Amino acid sequence: MTKQILSPLPGTFYRKPAPDKPNFKNVGDVVAVGDVIGLIEVMKSFNEVVADQAGTITGFPADDEEPVMAGQPLVDLG
Amino acid sequence: MPIQKLLIANRGEIAVRIIRAARELGIRTVQVHSAADADSLAVRLADEAVLIGPPAASKSYLKVDAILDAARATGADAVHPGYGFLAENADFADAVEAAGMVWVGPKGDAIRVMGDKVAARIAAESAGVPVVPGSDGRIDDPEQARIVALAIGFPVMIKAAAGGGGRGIRIAHDAEEFERLMPQASAEAKAAFGDGGLYLEKVIARARHIEVQILGDGTRAVHCFERECSLQRRRQKVWEEAPSAVLPQALREKLCASAVALAEAVGYRGAGTLEYLYDDATGHFYFIEMNTRIQVEHPVTEMITGIDLVREMIRIAGGEPLRLRQDDIRRTGHAIEVRICAEDPAKSFQPAPGTVSALTVPGGAGVRFDTMLYQGYTVPPFYDSLLGKLIVWDEDRPAAIARMARALEELTVEGLPTTKPLHQLLARDAEVAASAFHTRWLEPWLDQNAHRLGTKETTE
Repeated sequence: MTKQILSPLPGTFYRKPAPDKPNFKNVGDVVAVGDVIGLIEVMKSFNEVVADQAGTITGFPADDEEPVMAGQPLVDLG
Repeated sequence: MPIQKLLIANRGEIAVRIIRAARELGIRTVQVHSAADADSLAVRLADEAVLIGPPAASKSYLKVDAILDAARATGADAVHPGYGFLAENADFADAVEAAGMVWVGPKGDAIRVMGDKVAARIAAESAGVPVVPGSDGRIDDPEQARIVALAIGFPVMIKAAAGGGGRGIRIAHDAEEFERLMPQASAEAKAAFGDGGLYLEKVIARARHIEVQILGDGTRAVHCFERECSLQRRRQKVWEEAPSAVLPQALREKLCASAVALAEAVGYRGAGTLEYLYDDATGHFYFIEMNTRIQVEHPVTEMITGIDLVREMIRIAGGEPLRLRQDDIRRTGHAIEVRICAEDPAKSFQPAPGTVSALTVPGGAGVRFDTMLYQGYTVPPFYDSLLGKLIVWDEDRPAAIARMARALEELTVEGLPTTKPLHQLLARDAEVAASAFHTRWLEPWLDQNAHRLGTKETTE
């Protein structure tokens, strides 16, 4: 079974810390527990999404700047 | 031409407020909405609703073309922008008028002038309105800076003329400190911005936030007295009142007259608010900025004057001259508004969207709740956290505070935490009762009272 990092909150998912900055993580990157993989904007406040599992990223089931629900997968880990 | 069909380019409680005013005037309503707001109260109440985009405001409520397309498709002849989003966007105001529709607000050019801090300051000064004493532009010569600082009076704020975001700001409390800090500030400004030019401004240490509501028809303007909004957290107002409990009557008349003079000087049309800092130690007031739209806290003014401000602004936009003379506008009693937000006061005001599982709205004499909530409504996470505004009126301020405490007790929003516990504490606070506060009073108070901000309702 593939491991996934889930959104802790409902809101808007961002893969970058700011519009002019690179992505926190990309497909193929190795992720350690505690790494920031993205941001969730909830009512104009930004919350870091921290990896609760380690692995190598195989995909992003949620797109950048798209609405997500709490519990929705953000990152697939191989 | 009276407006026949009004498009509301906003969401939440203010959209509901505008729909209600339009309906009372016999005007049909079109509510534009994002995909996240399809179940909103405004969509349910409006005569028509048009989906204009996905949840992100940048792709829906801020999309000028999508909003104008919706207006054309539904045959709307006017647009009300509410507050926030495009309400102070002069280009949007122009685009609405260029499309042959009525913009419920001031002309784009008035938004441009009053929206620009420097231009607004110049307009205020030439209308005889006091502004925060400052150097009126950059200063390069240390000798000239010294003369200006002495004229302004200490404490003085030294800012980099080319700066921004608080960088390079120093405060000098006396002439000696000024001599020491001036060269430092200039050197730092030169290093940081490549420009050593400075700007001086008087520090108003314990200022209160007082603002004057005005209505204008492009020629004539009237005021509807003042509001005080000194209880703020992170520069966001949380508790607002009308009138201010500390403003002497002679000063009130001067302040309100200055607001009318400025509004008439710029040919202001619609509802607007002039914001001032008020130093109750010296009795001086200083213009800071103008908001060229209806404001969140407008209901406290409505409660003490009996005027429906949103209805008046729609009438003015439809071409009616101002119906009120200054003498017609009287104030009576005291009104307080508190902002009920989807934030958890027990967890540093963390925003918390969710579904309203049960709702009890307070009632009785002198109580009003402007909200977009209904039982079963899911508050979306994409917009600001304001759920509603609880407003009370009573004969005087102590009675209004007691009534607020009573109304807060009746209000229950289940399913998500709200800022109600904060307001319950404020309504019982001795310094609030004494009106002994200023714009920097609430934040330290919150630190001291953090342990009292959790209640059964806000803990899961």
